Amino acid sequence: MERMPKWADVVLIPLISLLLAAVISGLVILAIGEDPINALNLMVKGALGSTYGWGYTLYYATNFLFTGLAVAVAFHARLFNIGGEGQAMLGGLGVALVCLYLPWPHWSLALIAASVGAALFGAAWAFLPAILQARRGSHIVITTIMFNFIAAAFLNWLLVGPLKPRGAMDPSTARFPEAVHLPSLHEILAPLGISFSKAAPANVSFLVGILACILVWVLIWRTRLGYEIRAFGHSEPAARYAGISPTKITVITMLISGGLAGMMAINNVMGEAERLVLNATEGAGFIGIAVALMGRSHPFGVFLAAILFGFLYQGGAELALWTNIPRELIIVIQALVILFTGALDNMVRMPLERLFMALRRRRA
Amino acid sequence: MDLLTVLQVLDSTVRLATPLLLACLAGMFSERAGIFDIGLEGKMLAAAFFSAAIAAVTGSVWIGLGAGILASLSLSGLHGLASITFRGNQLISGVAINFLAAGLTVLIAQSWFQQGGRTPALLSGGRFGPITLPGAEALREVPVLGPIYYELISGHSILVYVAFACVPLTWWILYRTRFGLRLRAVGENPEAVDTAGISVIRLRYAAVLICGLLCGIAGAYLATALQAGFVQDMTAGRGYIALAALIFAKWRPLQALYATLLFGFLQAIALRYQNLDLGFFTLPVQAMDALPYILTVVILAGFIGKAVPPRAGGEPYVKER
Repeated sequence: MERMPKWADVVLIPLISLLLAAVISGLVILAIGEDPINALNLMVKGALGSTYGWGYTLYYATNFLFTGLAVAVAFHARLFNIGGEGQAMLGGLGVALVCLYLPWPHWSLALIAASVGAALFGAAWAFLPAILQARRGSHIVITTIMFNFIAAAFLNWLLVGPLKPRGAMDPSTARFPEAVHLPSLHEILAPLGISFSKAAPANVSFLVGILACILVWVLIWRTRLGYEIRAFGHSEPAARYAGISPTKITVITMLISGGLAGMMAINNVMGEAERLVLNATEGAGFIGIAVALMGRSHPFGVFLAAILFGFLYQGGAELALWTNIPRELIIVIQALVILFTGALDNMVRMPLERLFMALRRRRA
Repeated sequence: MDLLTVLQVLDSTVRLATPLLLACLAGMFSERAGIFDIGLEGKMLAAAFFSAAIAAVTGSVWIGLGAGILASLSLSGLHGLASITFRGNQLISGVAINFLAAGLTVLIAQSWFQQGGRTPALLSGGRFGPITLPGAEALREVPVLGPIYYELISGHSILVYVAFACVPLTWWILYRTRFGLRLRAVGENPEAVDTAGISVIRLRYAAVLICGLLCGIAGAYLATALQAGFVQDMTAGRGYIALAALIFAKWRPLQALYATLLFGFLQAIALRYQNLDLGFFTLPVQAMDALPYILTVVILAGFIGKAVPPRAGGEPYVKER
């Protein structure tokens, strides 16, 4: 018998967890001597009050869409991919190589090739941890953490050395050619007569992100592979008994996950910076964990959670601009969301389950 | 390279290995009891901030140390609450704790000191100074042994000696006391411990709190001995290197000492020589930065001996009814 209705599990628990995180964040703001209501107002106005704000919110959301989906896909196979950060960094390398060293007649072709390059590099970075988990039982959480650091050192070396143009001062690649410039939301919406801020970095990769959400939904719930991934996640012995190879599922799931994380680079590297800079990911790989947990590993949930975190990111930046609250407030909120939706899930769930059981008994 | 250069590199190895060693032993207590802890980094960071902040305000480094340990212990308590009481995912809880510490330390630092997320530089009373061991000055002129004693063994802060003393102490606790036996048992087979009438919950909380205590000392060492004050993200991945060292050492105390000394040595080399000229090619500093992680992956892959974690690690214990 179900302990509580499905809607409570999918909607109520994340909402309560979010509320708890929000209340504690408010208390933190109070404790450092600022006004939480005023802070919330500023955040809403800064992130959602103008097309400029929306442009940044959606830009950040695009990053989190990809990394959130990456973590979510791995969660379905009960794999914890904490290496999204490193995979996204390598994805950036893939994008940079495609954009810098191949001539492109049109941005659309370049976008397809860059997506493939980003996904391939991201997937390649997830491959070793995956095969080590599948074949030698090395814990994937530890290996993916280690690969984050190795990726950071590797990119650091590339960007101060081989990839830096001669004579340049800052550690980054050369600027990408004009031909691979991705249309921003301003450029997409202008022909339709909708005015959208010119300065905001949201671009066509947001649409690619939405497409990725749909494809992941199809993969997980409408294909044989997705079924195998979920079966493996629910029970490895049962999956093995049904003839599903654990090695195959572990490796394929991690390749998809790494590829999705890597594809974030079409947004931040190709869409915004238009060159590969040091630490281009800015922690988006880790925010993917919060997004996947909050979104209950469902693509639609991930979509909503990514928008929410995009809002928090842009709102947090505005807060840092207008008040004494540093940007690091977002990291605290992110930590609280991970804590309540992930680690302390049972704290919210157990009382709720008891409540629903009591209600049912009264009705019976 | 003359003797003095070698001694200086080794001396800096000892300094840099100390926080790794303390955090590694901290992780050992927790993981040997079956509680994975990737939150070592966050606990160290919180302890670093609170020790520096309180030492700056009170002028006493000992009160600072106490505050750092308290901060680390409260995060440990949170980890225990999430992973023992509410049987949540220990890895996710660790991730949350790392972010919580990374954000809160800057937030509070900015609110208290308005110096861009750092604490004021600590004056002499707010820091752990070097201790000159008896006879170090007198023996300094003795060839070879004199400089080794003077440069390498003497002249560290008290916390360095505490860290090194923790190695035999940890070994003794884990392998020679009843508490240690039970702690190891609860990490391998909690059902058996429960059947013997010993509380799994209480043992695991004890282990997690010891972990917090040691992380607290490690963090305080960073901010009040190795450096003079807290700066944003000053642990710089040391918690993860300690985790790597723990795997490298296969969860054993003496080997943890060797592993952290090795990783400390790599950091010392990277600090002293930006790009290491090996004659036939130049090793970039980034390779040195990545080496601890690469070595850990190789160890985890089981090509050089297999690292097998405690069997019940990561699994919340549900008592049978």
